[in-house]
Amino acid sequence: MAAVTDIKPPLSERPSPLGWARKYLFNSLGNSLLTIFSIWLIYTVGIGLLRWVFTQAEWQVIATNLRLILLGQYPIAQVWRIWLSLLLLAFLIGNSLAIWGKAGKTAKRFGAGLVAFPLLLALTAIGAESRGWLVGLSAMLILGWYLGRPATRTLRRVVAVGWFIWPPIFLILLRGTTPAEGVLPIVGTNLWGGLLLTFLLTVVGIVFSFPLGVFLALGRRSELRIVRWFSIGYIELIRGVPLISILFMAQLMLPLFLPAGITIDRVIRAMVGITLFSAAYLAENVRGGLQAIPKGQFEAAHAMGLNGLQTMSLIVLPQALRLVIPILVGQFIALFKDTALVAIVGLLDIVGIAKTVLAQPDFLGLQREVYAFVSLLYWVFSYAMSYVAQRLEISLGVGQR
Amino acid sequence: MAQSSSQAASIPIWRDERYLKLIAQIVFAVVVVLTANYLYQNMVNGLRQQGTTLGFTFLGGIAGFDISETLNDFSRTSAYWQAFLAGLYNTLLVSIVGIVLSTILGIILGVARLSINPLVRWLSAAYLEIMRNLSLLVFLIFWYLGVFLKLPRVREAVEWPGQVYLTNRGIVMPWGLPTETMPMYRTILIIGLCLALALGLVLFLRGRQTGKPPLTLLWSTLALILVAVIGWFVVPAAPLSLDLPVIQGLNITGGKTFTPEFMALVSGLVLYTAAFIGEVVRSGIQAVSRGQVEAARAIGLNPFQTLRLVVFPQALQVIIPPLTSQYLNLTKNSSLAIAVGYPDLFYVSNTIMNQSGRAVEMISLVMLTYLTFSLITSVFMNWYNARILLVER
Repeated sequence: MAAVTDIKPPLSERPSPLGWARKYLFNSLGNSLLTIFSIWLIYTVGIGLLRWVFTQAEWQVIATNLRLILLGQYPIAQVWRIWLSLLLLAFLIGNSLAIWGKAGKTAKRFGAGLVAFPLLLALTAIGAESRGWLVGLSAMLILGWYLGRPATRTLRRVVAVGWFIWPPIFLILLRGTTPAEGVLPIVGTNLWGGLLLTFLLTVVGIVFSFPLGVFLALGRRSELRIVRWFSIGYIELIRGVPLISILFMAQLMLPLFLPAGITIDRVIRAMVGITLFSAAYLAENVRGGLQAIPKGQFEAAHAMGLNGLQTMSLIVLPQALRLVIPILVGQFIALFKDTALVAIVGLLDIVGIAKTVLAQPDFLGLQREVYAFVSLLYWVFSYAMSYVAQRLEISLGVGQR
Repeated sequence: MAQSSSQAASIPIWRDERYLKLIAQIVFAVVVVLTANYLYQNMVNGLRQQGTTLGFTFLGGIAGFDISETLNDFSRTSAYWQAFLAGLYNTLLVSIVGIVLSTILGIILGVARLSINPLVRWLSAAYLEIMRNLSLLVFLIFWYLGVFLKLPRVREAVEWPGQVYLTNRGIVMPWGLPTETMPMYRTILIIGLCLALALGLVLFLRGRQTGKPPLTLLWSTLALILVAVIGWFVVPAAPLSLDLPVIQGLNITGGKTFTPEFMALVSGLVLYTAAFIGEVVRSGIQAVSRGQVEAARAIGLNPFQTLRLVVFPQALQVIIPPLTSQYLNLTKNSSLAIAVGYPDLFYVSNTIMNQSGRAVEMISLVMLTYLTFSLITSVFMNWYNARILLVER
């Protein structure tokens, strides 16, 4: 439904471009100066940027090290495992778009973009093999879409469960099961790196901090005083210190906390640190959702004879979590950007890999190119995810109930 | 009464909610304490095997490392705690400068979002979209390695108007050197400050009495400036002498040099945080309903009075809480100084940690320091919120 203000005025009253410019850009001296300043700013920045990107920058360093930046030192022979998990992911996305996008216009447009993206990449990809996998990604998206079309209740459940089991499957595929020879030889975490590690840290951080955060949020609103104090203490402690200090703590102090003889590797330590950090922020977001549930819901649940646990798990939490889904996507994005900090404690995520690339004698002094590319990667993924979050907010109807 | 107590007595103890809650709390507390104790014992045992014990006496030991820029007089032979203080001062410096600059830029960006000029509006929105999807760490590294260290060498320094030189060894600009009349001038300034505060108080009280709020801040500031200007000419010689930077061969002498590390950190933090502050300011201004403005105009306030007496106080109520959390974010984010090599609290503590091998103590100390910042801020926030609520009735 279009609001009254959305309706355009009749043709005769629409301003001409010149009239529009006079009305909004040059209606007073101050505004004219602002307009000229803006045009000057756009022109200088734009021209400078274009000139640098197309004539001065040496992008060879990216092309040469692309695999390193994306996957770290993951063995080439085992890369199919990553592709396979991506295929599963594409299938799930296709399914979900068909089911929850209600086959609407936005879902279709978004899905088309998603299908086109790997195909576009396939045009520029270097190896024939990765080209095949990229086409496969598009195919899986389309397949998922068509299989998800019926959108029956059972199908919804299956897909929802699929989302939950995808992360463990991904982890198992990534790490492997059999020692040296065999179908899935183990790939040590020291070989995980690049964008892969960045994503992995983010996914693990969100997945594991979710239950912890929900418990902390419930704890903070609990009637039990000690539980409440503990939750408040934990949340405020974590939120009061910078992430980097928690990562250092995880790297240096976590091994000390464990009994002698047990060691955990550096990637796991970072994951623990990120999870502990993210849980506190997630708890605050979930608490916001819990506070938005009207008291009547609790009272109605009690009146129907549900006990405290049932009220929480069947009535309150489902509503509260539904409310906070868009905020959780926002937190996912924030975490995605924050994982860059693991480079400071020496892990080889995108930023860590960028450092090693710049240490190669062939590519000394190309900091601008490498870090601009890394920034671009962060930017594109964050932007895409926040776009999805906005769409999600609209399609879930949050704030319209 | 009698009935309820007899009812309570009839409920067996294992179904009485009061007891269940008490037991649940005790169980929880015991589990937490036992877990914490287990971890602590592991740590103490581990440290004993490494041949160390916990304690903060090592802070008195000699540091033995240099810090590139300090606000206190720190040298290699100073103690660890002095190094820690140097880091703390640097963090405070970066935070305060960052907060002031990002607030100014943020207000400009926020107001630009509401301009009637579509070009300005679009520029501000584009800036926000670019900034908030970047990773701050990557941005800082790019800013430091890709911009500040790529500035030309001293010999080919870029000169900006006002004798500001941009080189890869820092930004050099004219600076004032205190002369022997500086102490006298400082006393005059303090007197001026007291005068301005007194004037402000008088105006404020009069405003309360008469119901006509005067321009307290404006008059106080004017009074201070007046005293400062008169004082400058009253003292026998100028309290500050102008120190101009001069390029001499491969060096720049004179003036004030801001290191690339400091500049990259502060400007990076400011550019990043300002985008978010702009958003806070915009939403604050938009939160004041149109009716308020229309009503203010209807009772005869002019646009300036409307802004000052109606829109601004209400917008401020909405702006202050998220603004404080942005300030806190900036302070916490300043710990990323370690990525650009600026010796802030975290960076120096890391050095102390490597030098003395006291990881547990130093990490605890750093966390405690940052926690203190945020606790002070939240105490202020609670006080402020309480005050706002009173005003609102």
